Amino acid sequence: MTVAALAFYAFSIVTVAAALMVTLSRNPVHSVLWLILTFLSSAGLFVLLGAEFVAMLLIIVYVGAVAVLFLFVVMMLDVDFEELKGQMVKYMPLGLLVGVVILMQLALGIGAWTSADGAMGLHQAPTPDVAQVENTRALGMLIYDKYLYLFQLSGLILLVAMIGAIVLTLRHRRDIKRQNVLHQMWRDPAKALEMIDVKPGQGL
Amino acid sequence: MGFFQTGLGTAVLLLAQSLLIVAFVMISLLFLVYGDRKIWAAVQMRRGPNVVGPFGLLQSVADALKYVVKEIVVPAGVDRPVFFLAPLLSFVLAILAWAVVPFSPGWVLADINVAILFVFAASSLEVYGVIMGGWASNSKYAFLGSLRSAAQMISYEVSMGLIIIGIIISTGSLSFGAIVEAQKTGYGLLGWYWLPHLPMVVMFFISALAETNRPPFDLPEAESELVAGFMVEYSSTPYLLFMAGEYIAIFLMCALISLLFFGGWLSPIPGLPDGVLWMVAKMWVWFFMFAMVKAIVPRYRYDQLMRIGWKVFLPLSLAWVVIVAFLAKYEILGHFWARYAMGG
Repeated sequence: MTVAALAFYAFSIVTVAAALMVTLSRNPVHSVLWLILTFLSSAGLFVLLGAEFVAMLLIIVYVGAVAVLFLFVVMMLDVDFEELKGQMVKYMPLGLLVGVVILMQLALGIGAWTSADGAMGLHQAPTPDVAQVENTRALGMLIYDKYLYLFQLSGLILLVAMIGAIVLTLRHRRDIKRQNVLHQMWRDPAKALEMIDVKPGQGL
Repeated sequence: MGFFQTGLGTAVLLLAQSLLIVAFVMISLLFLVYGDRKIWAAVQMRRGPNVVGPFGLLQSVADALKYVVKEIVVPAGVDRPVFFLAPLLSFVLAILAWAVVPFSPGWVLADINVAILFVFAASSLEVYGVIMGGWASNSKYAFLGSLRSAAQMISYEVSMGLIIIGIIISTGSLSFGAIVEAQKTGYGLLGWYWLPHLPMVVMFFISALAETNRPPFDLPEAESELVAGFMVEYSSTPYLLFMAGEYIAIFLMCALISLLFFGGWLSPIPGLPDGVLWMVAKMWVWFFMFAMVKAIVPRYRYDQLMRIGWKVFLPLSLAWVVIVAFLAKYEILGHFWARYAMGG
């Protein structure tokens, strides 16, 4: 076996095992930590495929930012997860159904990816000859030149979703005191402070 | 040469190179801690460590030895696997990033073409050491420290990433070699990126302070409010690993600033030969800046820190990406910003 094959099996086994542990571990924080291991080892698989840019983005975006927020929320939640685990059997059929639907969607997607007209050309667009064009540059050409409008559109959708979430959750409470930072910064010590020379024995 | 072309030879060579880098980082670490304490003492008109060895040079060695031989105290109620994994993680990740840092042309363990993203990824993972340590300690102070750290490191990572994007736009490559070569204009000091990217150098330095939990942004371990933050339950070797990881991350930031803005191994004066000594000297100068900031600037309040990160640095660095993209695309001032156009 070559080094690449060994690395592939090592990363794959770790990915699958960690993914299993995400659902099996009793402590939700441990679940998130296993999820992070899953992300990291799938980033390793991306590197083996020659998609080093995607691998690094996976680590920076998902592990470095998204999973931190997961962990943040899970650590602060006060939910009795033991009780939730006890109801596992009740929700098992629904979970299996969702799993099967996702699996079918993946199969459909990959099927279309291999059997559609001109599929070979589409395959090669993001993976040209490595000696001439780097993987990063090829991806950039696709996203920012060829599919620019679609890419910007997806960005716009995300922006709208973000604004929607903020509008739904933001509320201005009037009954609390807020600090005005600019007001604090421009405050003049000469106006806030008065020096008084107090005579001994007299007071103010 | 024949042996080093075989599989075993390559493995031996890689192992030796990795050990060389780890040795460099660890020896630097000993003197960084010493230098940090000496500079701090000099600012406060104290003498600092001066007993162990000549001028106290061996103080760090004595300290490290003391940490290693002390007893590990494990408080009741900690999550043991995570508790011990956290310092290891923060130490290993800090060293990991050095694999792609070049010291001179060709002097690099792994010359990958997304090197800068690799360093960024490794430094963004360092937050896990802090969060896991704080959570696993099962203590309120440690938990508060780790929550602060999580929010702080994520906030400043964003602006750091955007600043790095400006450099990448100028260079047209993600490899450190190409970034340094693009700064080789023949004008020495004046050709480096600090001049075209001047406002960003300052912001990158401040973000690096916040990213590495360094004073004035050391709120995760603010001793006046949180005792020692996420490290409060750690003692002995685990504590040593945390502290070593922190200093190695700081030194990595020094290397990053030298490579991105100050020409890495290039000589500041045209005519003098380039080389590894320049690189190390620049890293030391930047570490001096880190130490001086620690000695001079008082600690920020947490809401001030978050405000600067999200309301000042993020918009400024985002605007700078747009401005640099414009300046580089239309080659304003020739190749001042568009270094990729001259084959860098």
